[in-house]
Amino acid sequence: MKSKPETSENGETPDALVIDDLTVAYNGKPAIWDVDLRIPEGVLTAIVGPNGAGKSTLIKAALQLIPRAAGTVRFFGLPYEKARSFVGYVPQRGSVDWDFPTSVIDVVTMGLYGQLGWIRRPGGKEHEIAMYALEQVGLEDFANRQISQLSGGQQQRTFLARALVQDAQIYFMDEPFAAVDAVTERAIIAIMRELRDRGKTVLVVHHDLQTIEEYFDWVTLLNVEVVASGPVETTFTSEKLRQTYGGRVSYLYEDKVKKTAEAG
Amino acid sequence: MLPGFSPEDRRVWLLIGAITLITLLFLPYSQFVLGVRYDYTLRTVAIGGSLLGIISGVLGCFAVLRQQSLMGDALSHAALPGVAIAFLLAGRELGFLLIGAGVASWLGVQFIRLLTDTTRIKQDTAMGIVLASWFAAGIALLAYIQARPDASQAGLDTFIFGQAAAIVEKDVRLIAGIGLATMFLLVLFWKEFKLITFDAEFAGANGFRVNLFSTLLSTLIVVAIVLGLQLAGVIMMVGMLIAPGIAARQWTNKLTQMVTLAAIFGGFSGGVGAIISALDTDLPTGPMIIVVAFLLVVISISIAPQRGLIWQLLRQRQDQKRFAAQMVLDDLFHYAYDHDSLSTVVPESFLKGMRGSAVKQGLQQLVNKDQVQPVNGGWQLTEAGRQAAADNATNTLMWDLYRQYNQTLDLPLIAEDRQRDIRELLPETAIHKLEKILQEELA
Repeated sequence: MKSKPETSENGETPDALVIDDLTVAYNGKPAIWDVDLRIPEGVLTAIVGPNGAGKSTLIKAALQLIPRAAGTVRFFGLPYEKARSFVGYVPQRGSVDWDFPTSVIDVVTMGLYGQLGWIRRPGGKEHEIAMYALEQVGLEDFANRQISQLSGGQQQRTFLARALVQDAQIYFMDEPFAAVDAVTERAIIAIMRELRDRGKTVLVVHHDLQTIEEYFDWVTLLNVEVVASGPVETTFTSEKLRQTYGGRVSYLYEDKVKKTAEAG
Repeated sequence: MLPGFSPEDRRVWLLIGAITLITLLFLPYSQFVLGVRYDYTLRTVAIGGSLLGIISGVLGCFAVLRQQSLMGDALSHAALPGVAIAFLLAGRELGFLLIGAGVASWLGVQFIRLLTDTTRIKQDTAMGIVLASWFAAGIALLAYIQARPDASQAGLDTFIFGQAAAIVEKDVRLIAGIGLATMFLLVLFWKEFKLITFDAEFAGANGFRVNLFSTLLSTLIVVAIVLGLQLAGVIMMVGMLIAPGIAARQWTNKLTQMVTLAAIFGGFSGGVGAIISALDTDLPTGPMIIVVAFLLVVISISIAPQRGLIWQLLRQRQDQKRFAAQMVLDDLFHYAYDHDSLSTVVPESFLKGMRGSAVKQGLQQLVNKDQVQPVNGGWQLTEAGRQAAADNATNTLMWDLYRQYNQTLDLPLIAEDRQRDIRELLPETAIHKLEKILQEELA
């Protein structure tokens, strides 16, 4: 377990993620605009919004994978440079070449490279940690397979295992549920919940509005700007969804309106 | 902890042995049959070619895996004007010529990056522009140099196609020195290079200096290209860079083995190509090296297990046959089952109606396995056939149950491959659980 600061200067526990005035622009056009966001520790957060809303951009900018035009991001009160060792990342599955000559266990071990430091090679201890993570995602029998032999869902679980070995305090997952089988979806959600129950904070870029209430306890509605962010019960309302999606996806919240009406 | 000596490892060692053997046979063959004279010059050239093959083969793996093969081509073409300008400024001194080549290459890459980043031009187009214009400038400058009334420019055009004889002992030492330094860096930063090649984004999120390592790797590739220019020439150099890596990739799924094999393939092509080009003074070296390297690629792509074309064809045919047999057996079983007796004779026309032309193939195999026998115009399951068909049916049921219960029973997740025996794919405890449910369902 890696240490993270327990308290800030004023004696309060800092939020897991604090983003202030974050703006990112591509070719002079803002992809996200003046984002302010606070995510408390230990919640499962969905980041939702229409295509082109800047969901992935938000994550990548927070992790300094793309340049920011303005803004600051703090993890447990620390800037990213000092917080790296307790930040875990699951990129989009399609971002790599799955025909790369390497095995499943090898990819998972890559999650430990950052802790190994220069020159040192992964050894028996790292192998054990990686195997344990593979068991958690149900892929222990696939450890020595070449990664091109995996199904899409298995690829996603491999990426998840690679993030698990990082033993981070806060996890960022970019569309982990995109085009995966039902088994994988259940495996991912089980692991996310387990992480949350162990006090970890998890942020997930998500597409499926139908499952938000079932899977998550916090939601951030994003459309270039943050429309709303907070607990699912108070934030995930048809009014706010309309603000986020406009009239384009009325069918998405009609269901929800109906449900709300029935419940009321 | 180490997963033993796999068939794959054995294959790689076999290959290394085969290449060594071929080399050992080729040397005397070329000497006594082809009449190549292994004088001092040729030894120098062969060693130089071999070393260059190793360096470019190893680094070429990363160019291939980063999907930058064409970038390698642009790089080497872009080196030519640098050679010419260096010659005009400093005369025919190899060190300067190579520095000039490196600078021109580097400028070319930066220009490609500038075009891609600031305009809507895509990278392949940008590379095309740089490749053609830099090379054209180089050719024009060479033509100008050759028109000058002094003799020192003789042989400068070997940079276009490469010339083995141009390499002297001093060059070999330079190549060996730089090669050693390259290998040292590669071993030192192996983990980092591997990670940024596979997943640069994840590496960046983990605090690795992706730009630094990426630039270092590109620089090493430029160095390999520049070193090889004299021997392989600017046009052919890309082949020397990527062919060994492509050939090596076919044989293995491990990066370490791919790089090792690429070194061996590269060393072999460089050395043997250089020796062949020494058969005649007019034979340029670049094309000879590429011919050898390309032969290795063709052989690898055709016969390498799993990835090789021939194996893929064989496997496809095997699957076809296997599936045909399974389907026909299944049809026979269900027909007989529906007619109340497993010894029912099934008319061939029924089978043909179900499966068409695959029937013949399937029946042939079932007869070979003694699972069916012809009985007056139709087909009948034998005892073995009934057993096999029952096993198949159980297997299908087990797969159904697996799909239905893998969550509730917390079974290991496996890819659904119903043509295979589920008992081979799941651990015994899981099978027991499924069998229990099967009993309950049947009861």
